[in-house]
Amino acid sequence: MEGTERVFERLVNEHQHRIYALGLALTGNRHDAEEVAQDTFLRAYRALATYPPERVRDLKQKAWLHRIAVNVVRNRVRGVRPRLVELNGSEPALGPGPEEDVMRKAEIDELAARVACLPARYREAVVLRHVQELSYAEVADALGQPVGTVKANVHRGLKLLRGETHGDGDD
Amino acid sequence: MATAMIDLKRLGDVKAPAGFADRVLAQAGMADSYAVFDTVLGPVYVAWNRLGVSAAMRSKSSAEFRAWFHKEVGRRLVLVDPPADLAAKIQDQLEGARRLRFDLRGLTPFSQAVLRKTLEIPRGQVRPYGWIAREIGHPAAVRAVGTALANNPIPYFIPCHRVIRSDGLIGNYGGGGPEAKKNILTLEGVQLRRLQELAHAGFRYEGVRSTKVFCFPTCYHGRMAKERNIVHFHSEQEAYAAGYRPCKHCRPAVA
Repeated sequence: MEGTERVFERLVNEHQHRIYALGLALTGNRHDAEEVAQDTFLRAYRALATYPPERVRDLKQKAWLHRIAVNVVRNRVRGVRPRLVELNGSEPALGPGPEEDVMRKAEIDELAARVACLPARYREAVVLRHVQELSYAEVADALGQPVGTVKANVHRGLKLLRGETHGDGDD
Repeated sequence: MATAMIDLKRLGDVKAPAGFADRVLAQAGMADSYAVFDTVLGPVYVAWNRLGVSAAMRSKSSAEFRAWFHKEVGRRLVLVDPPADLAAKIQDQLEGARRLRFDLRGLTPFSQAVLRKTLEIPRGQVRPYGWIAREIGHPAAVRAVGTALANNPIPYFIPCHRVIRSDGLIGNYGGGGPEAKKNILTLEGVQLRRLQELAHAGFRYEGVRSTKVFCFPTCYHGRMAKERNIVHFHSEQEAYAAGYRPCKHCRPAVA
């Protein structure tokens, strides 16, 4: 148990920004991003507690967390949100980080919102490949899809995004 | 394509908000949340996690509480805005109207047994250290009970102030000294003056002539007896010799 806690603490410290960024890109806003990232880590924590030590040691943490996060987002969309907060349920303050000035934050939020408008299958593929910069093999693994499908979805997703960037319509 | 990709990469450089990792660890039960609450006892710092309330102390400052928590509990501590209903729950707990859950992990099984037993002492009543020791199956471990209670990480909530010396004297108190202990007991309706008079006279138990039952002097049962029907005993042997049996509620002796 003690071992699990140390592994988990390192996991959170190492991957918190990456998973939060993933949440932001997939949901399009910072409030949901924090919820998704929290849910992701808590599921990871519960899973870790049940894994034998060899499995914990050999875990490809990054790919594993991405897979959990994608599932968290998918479940939210289905409205099956796990109940996580019991005694402690404070709303975090969502101020800009120290190194993110307000302009940059606004631009990023706008971009995140645009990505979040993509249909889910394109959004997941594009975000994992080009925001999180996973390899196609890793994306395929995280999404549980064949590599060919992922490549096609990334391509179509980017096309849709570019269409919105350069097109004449804003919708 | 190049433009869109550069933009997207920026999205991946976003940082999690300050304190995010601490909040995650708190939710996983690896760190405790804390806040200060105004209570009947004045401001009390309270720490909790998903298993329940884990610590409480009338500290002078946040820093003092953090230092104490670090030494006593050792887990990470995160200051939060408390959930809306927690203040009312704490108030109810301190007034005896509610049983909160407690996180006693990290304490020895013996200490846990002592504290769980202490939770059974009703508001307005007191029990001797030896009573706790006997009830948890370690009748000789009276001193160890005293140590466990002195190190109670959740005083007020787990009412270690309701445990007093076998000779009826108040005894020491980790939650702010003997004076604090007296104040809290008075607040809970314990008649300290009467208790101390009995103690000075060497009386430990109170019996009722009509029922032939003997109790601890603060036991609720038998309180309705008329003054002239009340007798006092120095010891359980004396009570037994007089034909009395121990009360089944306060259990002053094994029946």
